[in-house]
Amino acid sequence: MSLIYVIPINFSQNSLLNPLRERISITFHEETRVVFLPIDPAFAYDRGRNQYNSSLLLAQLVEMKPKDTHRILGVTDLDLFIPILTFVFGEAQLGGPAAVVSIYRLKNQFYGLPRDNTLLLKRLEKEAIHELGHTFGLVHCRNDLCVMKTSTYVENIDLKPVRLCQACLRTYSEKLVTRPA
Amino acid sequence: MENEDVGILVVDDELVVRDSLYNWFREDGYEVDTAEDAKEALKKLQRRPWDIVLLDIKMPGMDGMELQKRIKEIDPNIIVIMITAYASVDTAVQALKEGAFDYITKPFDPDDMGHLIRNAVAQRRLTTENIQLRQKIDELSRFDEIIGESPSMNRVFELIDTVAQSDATVVIHGESGTGKELVARAIHSNSPRRYFPIIPVNCGALPEGILESEIFGHEKGAFTGAQYRRKGKLEMADGGTLFLDEIGNISMKTLMDLLRVLETKKFTRLGGSQEITVDFRVICATNQNLEKMVEENTFREDLYYRINVFSIFLPPLRERRSDVPLLAKHFVQKYALAMNKQVNEISPDAMDLLVRYDWRGNVRELENAIERAMVVGKPPRIVAEDLPFQLSAKRSIPSADSLEEIEKAHIRNILERTAWNISRAAEILKIERVTLYNRIKKYGLRR
Repeated sequence: MSLIYVIPINFSQNSLLNPLRERISITFHEETRVVFLPIDPAFAYDRGRNQYNSSLLLAQLVEMKPKDTHRILGVTDLDLFIPILTFVFGEAQLGGPAAVVSIYRLKNQFYGLPRDNTLLLKRLEKEAIHELGHTFGLVHCRNDLCVMKTSTYVENIDLKPVRLCQACLRTYSEKLVTRPA
Repeated sequence: MENEDVGILVVDDELVVRDSLYNWFREDGYEVDTAEDAKEALKKLQRRPWDIVLLDIKMPGMDGMELQKRIKEIDPNIIVIMITAYASVDTAVQALKEGAFDYITKPFDPDDMGHLIRNAVAQRRLTTENIQLRQKIDELSRFDEIIGESPSMNRVFELIDTVAQSDATVVIHGESGTGKELVARAIHSNSPRRYFPIIPVNCGALPEGILESEIFGHEKGAFTGAQYRRKGKLEMADGGTLFLDEIGNISMKTLMDLLRVLETKKFTRLGGSQEITVDFRVICATNQNLEKMVEENTFREDLYYRINVFSIFLPPLRERRSDVPLLAKHFVQKYALAMNKQVNEISPDAMDLLVRYDWRGNVRELENAIERAMVVGKPPRIVAEDLPFQLSAKRSIPSADSLEEIEKAHIRNILERTAWNISRAAEILKIERVTLYNRIKKYGLRR
């Protein structure tokens, strides 16, 4: 049996892990486990940008993934970037095994607003499902009521629901049948 | 244009940039490929068409600026977006001057990138649509609607060809129903102005005040009922052609205003003070003898000479009878399709009647006759009895020997054809109205 693994990397909000695991499991109908792997993200740190290269973290996750991994998702407090963009909420390998999500810019405090852990969990769940959706081959969706709708602002994340629309669900099922990991 | 239909080629010597953009665009559903230098990019551009090329300005070998020129040679409509570092913004500006759609500075905000690509896709879609529409217009820019193979019509086609390429004002002379508007449209759709509208104004159909407002437009409150500012036909025709139908029916005052506009291409809306400049070509049509009207002081001489640069005379149908079968078959096909009726032939005796008939209403009358015959006729062909004028046509060849009998039959025939319009019938018979009344009385003719 293959599993979806959730790997905390410099992640301080441990209380969010269990509800996140449940949400992933419900959405993709796959057993999901939280596992702590000894990953030191220092190698992905960019001094000039004071951010962490998410592509390097993805490569590390792939290298360290357990044998029975179907998909692996890193969750982190760190501010992530890819070289061409100023920041990313997360990154995924389209149709590949790994994804990573950061809560750095999902926290209300980042925008000068009071802490709100309930909202933070919702945002984390949406971004986690969104990035994992990419690993299952889903691309951005035009439907405003789909978690695969692209989000470049945190407000965009708040506007969309945590679920996949019918069209994306169909695509997800087809891809799972025709192209298992 | 759906995202999966949009092809994006990323050209950058840095692997990390290529990979990042590749993944980013694939997540958006675009079709993406990458090239590490100009050579590889050109190879990929030759292999298939791309919609958008993201191009790094600084690359070893041929740089982005030079590559942009080569790309535009391959496809001038391709959207090129320059990728630059802060240090090379000046170069990016230069690239914009040379036709790049936009530039983006590394690293870019995800939202900026999203907007930029969406705008580029919209621009590409508009360009493609524009090309397709122009192709459609070019396909339509023939004389398909004007039917005729007679020498007189071939001469008309030659004149349309000659005058279409110029910007000269044209006057189309011809009886009612000869197809003057079709000729005007043919001239317009074969002229360099064909991508702009042709705006027809039926000068004969509107009273003077309304016609002025139609042509020049009006400001809010210019007259009672002018609740909104309204553009006139002159403004609508900007870039295209203004078709003034029945120009002989315009009042002297409107003619004077029109003359001024034709000379200066400037005018003001009714009730307005702002001068508006327009660029249009004028095509006029008339069924009247303008020269005679000038002599009779009912048409302005200066305007006549201003518009009478190039004249096309459309022959009446009775003077090109050899075109009647062609036209009749064309209308049969047209109405068979419109009415979904399996009538696609005309019997020889019906065709004989059609050819011999005088067609005072010209092609329009012929079309109406065929339309009516198509309604009443039974598949598979139109027969003489289906034609509206068969009785009068038969009467036009009376069996009587006396001149009086023939005259009586002929007058009755003409009266029926003109729906007992005495003036029109007298005109056709080339006799005074009073003489016609006397003949009607003499022969005891009644409606």
